Amino acid sequence: MATWRLALSAVGPATPADLIAARLQMALSLGWHIVLACLGVGMPALMLIIQWRGIRTGDADYTRLARQWAKAIGVLFAAGAVSGTILSFEMGLLWPGMMGTYGQVIGLPFATEGIAFFIEAIFLGIYLYAWGRVPPKVHLLSGIPVLVAGTASAFLVVCANAWMNAPRGFTRTDGVVRQVSPWRAMFNPAVLHETLHMIVAAFMVAGFLVAGVYAAGMLRGHRDRYHLLGFLVPFTLAAVFTPIQILVGDFAGKRIAELQPTKLAAAEALFRTQAGAPLSIGGIVIGDRLRYSIEIPYGLSLLVGHSTDTVIQGLDAVPRAVRPPVMIVHLAFDTMVGMGFLLLLLSAWLAYNWWRRKELPRSRWFLRAAALSGVFAVIAVEAGWTVTEVGRQPWTVYGHLRTSDAVNPAPGLWVGFVVVTLVYAVLTVVTLYVMRLIRWSERPVAPQERERIHEPETS
Amino acid sequence: MDTAQIVLVVMWVGITLYALLAGADFGGGAWDLLAGRSRTGMARRKLIEQTIGPVWEANHVWLIFVIVLLWTAFSGVFASVMSTLYIPLTLAALGIIARGTAFAFRKAARELWQQRLFGGAFAISSILTPFFLGTVAGGIASGRVPPGLARGNIFTSWLNPTSLLGGVLAIMVCVYLAGSYLCDDAVEAGRPELAEWFRARALIAAVLIGAVALGGIAVLRLDAPQLFTGLTHRALPLVVAGAVFGVGSLILLWRRVYPLVRATAMLGVITILWGWALAQYPVMLPPSLTYRQAAAEPAVLTATLVVTAIGVALIAPSMTWLLAVQRRALRDAGTPE
Repeated sequence: MATWRLALSAVGPATPADLIAARLQMALSLGWHIVLACLGVGMPALMLIIQWRGIRTGDADYTRLARQWAKAIGVLFAAGAVSGTILSFEMGLLWPGMMGTYGQVIGLPFATEGIAFFIEAIFLGIYLYAWGRVPPKVHLLSGIPVLVAGTASAFLVVCANAWMNAPRGFTRTDGVVRQVSPWRAMFNPAVLHETLHMIVAAFMVAGFLVAGVYAAGMLRGHRDRYHLLGFLVPFTLAAVFTPIQILVGDFAGKRIAELQPTKLAAAEALFRTQAGAPLSIGGIVIGDRLRYSIEIPYGLSLLVGHSTDTVIQGLDAVPRAVRPPVMIVHLAFDTMVGMGFLLLLLSAWLAYNWWRRKELPRSRWFLRAAALSGVFAVIAVEAGWTVTEVGRQPWTVYGHLRTSDAVNPAPGLWVGFVVVTLVYAVLTVVTLYVMRLIRWSERPVAPQERERIHEPETS
Repeated sequence: MDTAQIVLVVMWVGITLYALLAGADFGGGAWDLLAGRSRTGMARRKLIEQTIGPVWEANHVWLIFVIVLLWTAFSGVFASVMSTLYIPLTLAALGIIARGTAFAFRKAARELWQQRLFGGAFAISSILTPFFLGTVAGGIASGRVPPGLARGNIFTSWLNPTSLLGGVLAIMVCVYLAGSYLCDDAVEAGRPELAEWFRARALIAAVLIGAVALGGIAVLRLDAPQLFTGLTHRALPLVVAGAVFGVGSLILLWRRVYPLVRATAMLGVITILWGWALAQYPVMLPPSLTYRQAAAEPAVLTATLVVTAIGVALIAPSMTWLLAVQRRALRDAGTPE
């Protein structure tokens, strides 16, 4: 019975060009989707908070903001839904070597995510349609499943990614997977830190991006209460999550030191296993050395083990063939951490001013930086995923399946990559354009909103 | 019934619902293309938009559900299909992106030229996506996807007579389903004159489907003999029932009994899909790989079924509510202020 399964692991050679193309295509579509996924998780929270404030205070500005954000969510959800679908296709189109063998191990969180996605789509449809037709409190309640299901989706999908980093719940004999325990696979040791890190990141991205729109508006002179609230509520939410995220990141680092020491070594560009390992910032990898970096002595040992004596495993502990590309992982890691601290500074700036004077910092530089804060948060998320994914290389399933064995051996994958890149380029431009278009629109714009069927005026 | 069989049935129910619900949404896109010039077609396009708007995302999720079930419960089949048929599936995926985003963006667009551009992208991708999915079905049904990674020919596996038949039939079924739903919806929205317009064209579509299906018998006999044998023996009752429903829905459409047209059109599609399944059961990848050989371990199948059962308990009432909302939206849209 299992004999035909061997055909699934005996992969023909994919050309290097096709392998790179497949990796870039996956990176592109994941990197694109992740921004929308963050908005899909975070924006319903913002919308519900501000709608709730509107109901509590009877303040029309809150309600107007909630309505605007609901429109944006409706439109963005469409782009998020389809860009997420492509990913589920690509799991098979690009990585059949993984899915054929490990699909049954990793399937459960995805199946559960499918259900969460259903709930999200259904209740978003109900919520947007029911606006103004049911009592406000009932309406608010109908939006809560959107938030819960969106967050659950993020959790479940990241569970699957966590499994690729810490594969559990199966044994493998002669290339065939046996004794599968889907629950153990789903709740693997990497789940806690990865999902926490991602979900907090999603709230930060959504908060800073939405706040950025209103900061830009204020820079253009729209200094009214509507803009102030539109800026403050999302920015505050994101700012509260920022220090939490840094603590979660620290926790994640300690877990990775345990589960994937090679990934941590690459992120810190630590070549030699040592006690009292320094924390290196920036620099260039030349041969087997990191040069021109800023070093904080004992920093890494202190962070990981709270002691200068803690021994940190370096890249020299593993053969060259199973090391990830150090330069990319290290720079991505520094970028992520750098952006995180930049956002922390910005949050502290606002917190200090609000505490002292109950107003925004007067400097235009604050608004300029705040207008870009969403971009910084997106860069941090993209860089963080680069650390996770590139840092796992050359493995797709850590320690079990190499990426070169997971890729589709069919010829011509690079053509698909070129086409997909063009489509995404157009999609990006159009999405940004449409978001600008609907910014001040008060009429129905989301597909789920109500509109009348009317004849054109005959003139 | 063993667990693998149950998962197989659940998956096929998912495919059926995807065809009935999302198929009609794709068909709506095709009707959008046929709806006439900007001005004359406006009310028709608005009706299409109204019927698709609140539900298409939820309808679309059935595809994801089926894909995920397939890769969880029959991982090897998933890998074989995706790797060999990666060209039509990539094109279908791009069609799904274009369809969803263009539909959402069209409503947000203000200028006529923008609405035309997004509308065009929406309509064309609504036709191409079911076509490519149909070629995939044809490739599998005619035994052109061998088990294993990219073991089949990446071109002839979907550029062949059965695949083309599958693609054309998929488009036409979507068009007919949407047409019959739209007739009913137009009456519901208090716009019977719109229903007349859809009715005339849906009648033509029904006759064309009949012609293609008759021609398809010859194609399958030559190109997919194993499927042909199954359809003419074990699945014959379903094939006959499909023909009866098809003719019945044509007559009912002629007599303007729209709610029944909707029901018979759906039953027609159900019999086609289950006829195909029955004709090839227990084989998943013809000629010989059976679902039993391909099934995941029992622990995985059980877990999947548990999750699915919980999911159904949550989704069924919510979905019913959403569909009720959609019907109410239609009635409201038709009534004057």
